[in-house]
Amino acid sequence: MSTSEPRPVAETDREGVIEAMNRIELPELDRKYFCDERPKVVEPYKGIVEKFLNWARSQSLWILGFGTGCGAIELRPLMTARYDMYRYGIQPRPTPRQSSVFIIGGYASVKTMKRIVRSYEQMQNPKFVMGLGSCTVNGGMYWDSYNTINRLDHYIPVDVYVAGCMPRPESLLAGFMKLKQLIRDGKAEGANEYARNFDWYKENQKRIIKDWNMPDYNW
Amino acid sequence: MELSLFAQIGFALLSAFIMFVYGLLLMSSMARIRARVQGRIGIPLWQPFIDIIKNNAKRTSISHGVMFYLGPVFRLAGGLGTLMFIPMIFGSRYWGNFSFSGDALLVMYFIFFGQLGMALGAGDGGHPYSAIGISRGLAQMTAFEVPFALSVIALAAQHGTLSITELVAAQQNGVLSWNVFANPAATIAAIIAFLGMSMHNPFSVVIAPQEIPIGPPTEYQASFLGMLQTNRAIFNAAKLVLYVNLFFGGATTFVGLVIKTFLLYFINVFVGVAFPRFRTDQSIRFFLGIPALLGLIGIAIAAIVGGAS
Repeated sequence: MSTSEPRPVAETDREGVIEAMNRIELPELDRKYFCDERPKVVEPYKGIVEKFLNWARSQSLWILGFGTGCGAIELRPLMTARYDMYRYGIQPRPTPRQSSVFIIGGYASVKTMKRIVRSYEQMQNPKFVMGLGSCTVNGGMYWDSYNTINRLDHYIPVDVYVAGCMPRPESLLAGFMKLKQLIRDGKAEGANEYARNFDWYKENQKRIIKDWNMPDYNW
Repeated sequence: MELSLFAQIGFALLSAFIMFVYGLLLMSSMARIRARVQGRIGIPLWQPFIDIIKNNAKRTSISHGVMFYLGPVFRLAGGLGTLMFIPMIFGSRYWGNFSFSGDALLVMYFIFFGQLGMALGAGDGGHPYSAIGISRGLAQMTAFEVPFALSVIALAAQHGTLSITELVAAQQNGVLSWNVFANPAATIAAIIAFLGMSMHNPFSVVIAPQEIPIGPPTEYQASFLGMLQTNRAIFNAAKLVLYVNLFFGGATTFVGLVIKTFLLYFINVFVGVAFPRFRTDQSIRFFLGIPALLGLIGIAIAAIVGGAS
């Protein structure tokens, strides 16, 4: 028997394991840390109040410090004296609970996609997503790869794309300025869009993430 | 003439608001100075205000139960409590807050109280990094309480009082009567404890921003975080006013208060940009070593000087 032939028994086992993983229920004790509730659409305020709040949101962008791909290397120089993102009100934040901007740095492999979905859902509304690099636009050089996604906005809503392979920190800063403009204009409503089209996003996510062993929606 | 109770409460709230604004401005200006040391421009002066507005304007927030709610509330109560019992401007009947005989003890308790409440709340969040941050924070706190308590005891022994107002009154005979000159050992011990209290660089492992996200507040978001940030400003300012009262002759005008607190806070930045971070066990050993010894020397000085007078 040649080694290249698939081994049906092992394959069935693997399927069984995945199915079993999908059936696992959370222990009662851990349940209060998770939530199966669907996200809700929270309508923005009207008029000058929302304008003011949007201005505040655009002036205080906290990035989730999660480097999902090679593009994360372009985020580091932003903190240094040469680019200094702090003067624009942009700060890195280590936990998804407190951050408002999620930067997908380059290619997103299927394995990372699972973590991206979880992190994105833990962020609080309003939240913004920036796709960094061509790989997030259409797959880029990973277009026909077996384990990376091609279009990021099929899985989570994206506000701004910064194209390039890799884009330099200057273009990243330009992307931030664009994002600020969108927030001020009230056009960056990704979190509400996600809640509105929740089923479509979930379907797309489940199509690529085979071992779905987490709650459907974990905040 | 005594102020009526309502006027007193009104002025106390006003002083809390002033200290909130001042504390935030102090934090952002120090962040700018630190940025200049690193060759950057740094955050705008009003950045902390915008951050608080943004956090309070989040549309959704997640709670993990009653204790999780109460954590930031206790923290803010600790900060406000510290401020409310410290006379802000000495000799002013408007800005004396609720100072009474024995307030030094109460203030020391309030400094500890906030952290304990936070520990209960963050523990309920269920995040393992919160628990690590809390254990580090409480361990470090217990350690720096030793030199701080020793130096407060030294001052109380030297002047024979536990009232902050009377301690300030004892320092009104010129610069040389300030406790920084009357009891230098106790002052140095307390200022080293102050470095630990502010959680700036050598002692910043509690909120270790990269390895354990940001310590105790890892799970806190939206308005919870806004409340914690509010407290951070008030608590910072309250500690500065307390130190100015205890060691630097208090303040009789707002200008004097601003100058003294700014210079005192600057010690943090000065040490913070020059030194790397201690591990928790190192910082505990450090606090229990020379600073604790200095505190004991301070008590000895107090016994000699206080006994002679």
